[in-house]
Amino acid sequence: MSRVTPSLTQAAFALLKRDLGLSLTRSGGPLLAIGFYLTLMAMIPLSLGPDQAVLSRIAAGLTWLCLALSSLLSLERLFERDYEDAMFDVLRLGPLPLGLIALLKCLSQWLGTGVILSLLTPVVMIILGAPVDMSLMALTSALLGSLSFALIGGMGAALSLGTRKGGVLMALLVLPFYVPPVIFGAGLMQAMQTQSSPWQALAFLGAYALFALALTPVAMGAALRSALN
Amino acid sequence: MVMELQVEGLALRKGYNLLISNLYFALKPGEGMSLTGENGVGKTTLLRTLAGFSAPFAGRIAFVENGAQLESEDVRARNIHVLGHHDALSPSRTVAQELAFQAKFLGGEPAAAIAALRLETLLDLETRYLSAGQKRRLSCARLLMAKRELWLLDEPMAPLDADHRALLARLMQAHLAEGGMLIAAVHDPLPFQTRDLRLTRPTREQQEAAIGV
Amino acid sequence: MINWLANPERFSSVARPVRPWLGAVAAALLVWGLALSFLSPEDYQQGDTVRIMYIHVPAAWMAMAVYGIMGVASFFGLIFRHALADAAAKAIAPIGAVFTALALLTGSLWGKPMWGTWWQWDGRMTSVLVLFLFYIGYIALHASIEDEQRAAKSTAILALVGLINLPVIKFSVEWWNSLHQGASIFVKGGPTIEASMRWPLYVMGLAYLFLMLWLFLIRLDSEILNRKYRALRARLALN
Repeated sequence: MSRVTPSLTQAAFALLKRDLGLSLTRSGGPLLAIGFYLTLMAMIPLSLGPDQAVLSRIAAGLTWLCLALSSLLSLERLFERDYEDAMFDVLRLGPLPLGLIALLKCLSQWLGTGVILSLLTPVVMIILGAPVDMSLMALTSALLGSLSFALIGGMGAALSLGTRKGGVLMALLVLPFYVPPVIFGAGLMQAMQTQSSPWQALAFLGAYALFALALTPVAMGAALRSALN
Repeated sequence: MVMELQVEGLALRKGYNLLISNLYFALKPGEGMSLTGENGVGKTTLLRTLAGFSAPFAGRIAFVENGAQLESEDVRARNIHVLGHHDALSPSRTVAQELAFQAKFLGGEPAAAIAALRLETLLDLETRYLSAGQKRRLSCARLLMAKRELWLLDEPMAPLDADHRALLARLMQAHLAEGGMLIAAVHDPLPFQTRDLRLTRPTREQQEAAIGV
Repeated sequence: MINWLANPERFSSVARPVRPWLGAVAAALLVWGLALSFLSPEDYQQGDTVRIMYIHVPAAWMAMAVYGIMGVASFFGLIFRHALADAAAKAIAPIGAVFTALALLTGSLWGKPMWGTWWQWDGRMTSVLVLFLFYIGYIALHASIEDEQRAAKSTAILALVGLINLPVIKFSVEWWNSLHQGASIFVKGGPTIEASMRWPLYVMGLAYLFLMLWLFLIRLDSEILNRKYRALRARLALN
C-alpha cells in the first residue's frame, strides 16, 4: 500500500481556500458584518445629534467600537458549522495540528470579513468627521486591530463551542481581551488628531496582534481538543 | 511497511461512566474486525479513541511499524481513516469541491474514487441535496483517495441500499486483500469473514473501582 | 505532598477539621481589625472616610490573590489533570468575583468624598473592573458547559490566557490613562502610609485572607461532594 501524504503547506492552502470560500458565500458572507458595521455607524449621529464638532472628536473611538462589535458578531459561528457537520473528523486526519487548523480558520475569517471591514473604516471615520489625511493610518491600524479581534474571537468561539449560548457568552469572554486593541487603535487616532506621534500606538497595536498570533493557536488547539473528543 | 495495532488493558470513560474496561486485542495487516454490542456500550467511543480523538481512561493503544512504535499524531495524519456515523460534509459545497478539498488535504486523486463509488452524476450538486446513501458513498471516497492502512468505520452500511452495501463490502475486502486493516462498528454482521469483538458493559465492581470523584 | 493531597477524599478528610479553626481565626481577626480601624487616627486630609480604606484595600488584595490561585489551580488541572485542582478553580472563582465586586463598590464609595465622583476612569479602577468582567466570564463559561471535564478544561484555558493577558490589559489601560491626563493623580502615591494606619490594614488583610480560605474550603468541599453525588447519579443510569 503506497501512502500519499500531502505536505503541510499544500494542506494549509487547501484549508484556507475552502474556508475563505465558505466565509464569503455562506449565509450572506461578509455582507452581514458590513451591514451591521454601517448600521451601527449610522446609529451614532442619530443618537448623539449631528453636531460635527462632537462627532469628529469621538469618531475614532466609536469607529473602533463598531469595528470590534462587528468582528465579534461574525466570529460566533467560526467553528460551529464544521463542528455540527462533523467536518473536524476529516480535518483532524490531515497533516495540520488542531491549533494550526484553528489559526487558518481565523485567518480566512479575517481575510473574508476583517479586511473588508478595515477597508470601510477610513470611510466611516470620514463620514463621522475625522480628517481625510488620517485614512491611511486608519486603514493600517484597522487591519492590525481586526487581526487581533479575529484571533481572540476565535479563541472565544473555541471555548464556547457547543454551548448553545454562543453569542452572548462569547462576547462576555472576549470583550475584555478586546480592550487593548480598542485602546491603542482609538489612541492612535487621537494622537494623530492632536498632532502627536502615532507610532507608539501603532507599535503596541502590532505587538498585540503578534502576541495574539503566538498565544491563541495554542489556546484554540487545546480548547478544540477538549470540545471534539 | 507493515503496521500493527496493539491494544492493551484499555479502559474508556464517558462522563462519569466507565464504558469499556480491560480490553486487549491486536490487529495485523489484512485483518478486519467487527465491533458489536448493545447501544451505548461504547463502540463509537472506542473507534474515536483508537483514532486518537480522545484519550483513553487507562491502558495503551500502540501502532507498531517494523518493531518501532509510531507517534499517535503521525498515525492519525498518515495511517488512519475515520468514517463516523455523521457524514463529514459541508452542505453548501458541491460534491466536486468536497472531493477536491479532501484530495488536497488528505492526499490522493479523486478520479478513481469517483468511478468506484459511482459519483459521476452527483459532482455538480451541493451536498445538501444528496440522500443519506449518496452522502455515505461520497464520504467513502476519501477511503479510496488517500491510501491508509487502518479504516475505522462506524455503522458504515447503515444508510446504504443493498446494491451499495455489496459495493462497499467489495471495497472493504479489496482493502483487506491489499494488506489493510479495518474495524467496523456494526449491528448486522458484515458479508465477509471478520474477527468479532463483542463489547460488554463493565461489571459493577469494575465501575466502582474506576469511578472516584 | 501535593500528590498525596490531590486525592479529593483525602483532601476533604484533612480540610474538614481545619475549617472551623480558619473561620474562628477569620472572625477574631476581623473583630480586631475593625476595632483597630475605628481606633486609628483620622487622616489629616481625608478625615473619617479614610477608614473605607481598611475594607477596600484588602478586598483588592484578595481579588488579585484569588486570581493567582485560580491560575495556579487551572495550570495543575490542565497539565497534570488533578481533579482536585479543577474543583478548586471552579470553587474559588465566585469568591474572587465577590471580593472584586467589594473592591469596586468600596472604591466607588471612597471615591465620592475623595474625588467628588462615584467613578473615576483611572487605570487601577478600570483594570479591576476588567478583572471583575473576567471573573463573570469565567463563571458563565463554566456554567454553560454541561460536561464537567470539558468545562474544567475550557475554563482552565481561559484562566491561563487571562493570567497572561490581564497584565497586558492593565498596561494598555494605564497607557490609555496617561493619554488622557486626568484628575486621578490625586490618589496615586499620596503620603506614605503611617504606622498607625498600616497596622489596621495588615490585620484586616490577614482577616480577609482567612475569610477567603475559610469560604474556599467550604466551597471546595461542597464541590467535591457535588461531584460525588453526580457520579452516583450517573451510575444509577447503568442499572
